[in-house]
Amino acid sequence: MSVILKVENLKKYFDVQGGKLHAVDGISFSINEGETFGIVGESGCGKSTLGRTIIHLYQPTSGKIIFENKDITFISKKECRELLRKMQFIFQDPYSSLNPRMTVIDIIMEPLLIDGMKRKDARQRASELMEMVGLSKMFETSYPHELDGGRRQRIGIARALALEPKFIICDEPVSALDVSIQAQILNLMLELQEKLKLTYIFITHDLSVVKHISDRVMVMYLGQTVELAETQELFSNPVHPYTKALLSAVPSIDIDEQQKREILHGEIASPINPQPGCRFAARCKYSTSRCKTDDPQLVEIKPGHFVSCYNV
Amino acid sequence: MSEVILSVKNLSVEYRVEEGIVKAVNDVSFDVKSGETLGLVGETGAGKTTIALSIMGLLPVPPAVVTQGEILFEGENILAANEKYLRTLRGNKISMIFQDPMSALNPSTYVGDQISEVIMLHNKVSKDKAREMAEECLEMVGIPKNRYAEYPHKFSGGMKQRVIIAIALACNPNLLIADEPTTALDVTIQAQILELMEQLKEKKGTSNILITHDLGVIAKMCDRVAVIYAGEIVEMGTLRQVFKNTAHPYTKGLFDALPGNSLSGKRLKPIKGSMPDPTSLPENCKFANRCFNKSDKCDQRIKLVDIGDGHLVRCVSPLCSEGVKSH
Ligand SMILES: Nc1ncnc2c1ncn2[C@@H]1O[C@H](COP(=O)(O)OP(=O)(O)OP(=O)(O)O)[C@@H](O)[C@H]1O
Ligand SMILES: Nc1ncnc2c1ncn2[C@@H]1O[C@H](COP(=O)(O)OP(=O)(O)OP(=O)(O)O)[C@@H](O)[C@H]1O
Ligand SMILES: [Mg+2]
Ligand SMILES: [Mg+2]
Repeated sequence: MSVILKVENLKKYFDVQGGKLHAVDGISFSINEGETFGIVGESGCGKSTLGRTIIHLYQPTSGKIIFENKDITFISKKECRELLRKMQFIFQDPYSSLNPRMTVIDIIMEPLLIDGMKRKDARQRASELMEMVGLSKMFETSYPHELDGGRRQRIGIARALALEPKFIICDEPVSALDVSIQAQILNLMLELQEKLKLTYIFITHDLSVVKHISDRVMVMYLGQTVELAETQELFSNPVHPYTKALLSAVPSIDIDEQQKREILHGEIASPINPQPGCRFAARCKYSTSRCKTDDPQLVEIKPGHFVSCYNV
Repeated sequence: MSEVILSVKNLSVEYRVEEGIVKAVNDVSFDVKSGETLGLVGETGAGKTTIALSIMGLLPVPPAVVTQGEILFEGENILAANEKYLRTLRGNKISMIFQDPMSALNPSTYVGDQISEVIMLHNKVSKDKAREMAEECLEMVGIPKNRYAEYPHKFSGGMKQRVIIAIALACNPNLLIADEPTTALDVTIQAQILELMEQLKEKKGTSNILITHDLGVIAKMCDRVAVIYAGEIVEMGTLRQVFKNTAHPYTKGLFDALPGNSLSGKRLKPIKGSMPDPTSLPENCKFANRCFNKSDKCDQRIKLVDIGDGHLVRCVSPLCSEGVKSH
């Protein structure tokens, strides 16, 4: 299997009041062609920023992004447009990511037209895409605000698929959907993956979804990777205390199963000018004095299983 | 027996748009008792947010039209109330966590200030004190207080959602309507938020209407559950009745669609077909065309009936009756 995307020590800092906000702070990984790479982590830990930096919606601060063996870290506008033919993004927020003044069919046609397709062909293709994601024809002339969240999310998916990309970064593509439509969309994504040999980065909070769909999973905490392993391994042998807390907090649908969920307490570190030391230390029940002063490194504790913690 | 604080009676709501009349809510009735949490689940587009907006008196009119029904809150019909009364109600007694955080946040005001404004509205405190309390609110929802002076668009999706939650909780409402409050949150923060909601319920006896498609969250939080399909309640009962004694084929379909419940390897099991076009709903059972249990009997208008102990089901051949365990 060949590596399609490689990210090396990638950083994205924002200038904010009070200093530099370390949204993505030294992330490295590589993804194989045809793989689904899941990313989970606390809300605000930098998952969307990581995805957006890879696809050049944000300029990287430093580090390297290599796509199909080509360094794309710093590229021109024109190269960026070419990149979008191969790499697409499904946005987290189906509300504000769609242009409210465009009809559904126009939203889906837009990338095709920008890419130079004739209007008539683009329309035809957009209709096909709508059918593929299960949007009925009657919505072609609707505006996004007239639709419920689930349908809006499907517009985003149809739009991302329009240019037949090889690589799609999916930012919470199913979290606005009810479980049945979620199952439909996930099945659709799996089918498309087989048919078109797609590679996915799949960002989600839903651990049962990530477990179901991903080959490998990366767990992030405040801009950094705390654990990375094959899905099966991560779910059966979580090592990092944050990963453990995360897995224990999944609410079960069995109303008789009394769960022992771990509610995290302690101060949440700020990503603005972060202090040295492990960023989870203040909330970690195993932390020692060293955790508060030194930065733990990501180490391979077993083939393919990486953890960043002093207490493993 | 605790008192009923909210009573929705035979509510029907339509959206009159160019494409036709969308029958979003059809003859929905339910009660919420003081200190109770009622869960609303159902397919996207089923009408859950429309029900919530009706209770808040915030339906977009036009295109929305309430065609029948009453919503009684502490005995007063919200649907007939004037805007002034509604405004005091919304500020003080009822608050809502909106599904779409951006529509509820002011893009040009610091997130922290948006919280302290609400605090000042409800408490006689100085500006400095309100700021201090707002900082505490931020920390309560897991956002460091040094992020007080930032604009909403600099926040991640889940952080915006948490600001909305902080604002809603700062109102100390008697009734909290939470529309998908934790969908954008990871499970550890979600657990923290759900804990806050429970604390409020314990401390103040707040009633909650919790709209979510996360069945795990429903299982954790709700006393009773209503399942909505194509604008109608198809099943309603206690958490145990609906989860352990599932009677409507649609509800069963939701459970079967969950990842982790699929027996067939990688493929999940969605409910086949899709919800009927809300501009031309059938008169007979609206779920019939997707139902694995369909028969000739389904070809009629179906009533919501009590199959025992207040477990309501809109189906001529429910999968079980109370007392008979299935699942
Ligand atoms: N344009 C921006 N300017 C300044 N700060 C930003 C900007 N975008 C994101 N941030 C900050 O970067 C951090 C990471 O945000 P990001 O949206 O990547 O989080 P996330 O992991 O996707 O969270 P969620 O799960 O809630 O969507 C947050 O602290 C956020 O406030
Ligand atoms: N402003 C509007 N104009 C026209 N139709 C609308 C409007 N708002 C909602 N609808 C329609 O009303 C129906 C019910 O929508 P509603 O938003 O209440 O569903 P929901 O159950 O909250 O769905 P979701 O789970 O996706 O949030 C849908 O068919 C929707 O398209
Ligand atoms: Mg995000
Ligand atoms: Mg809704």
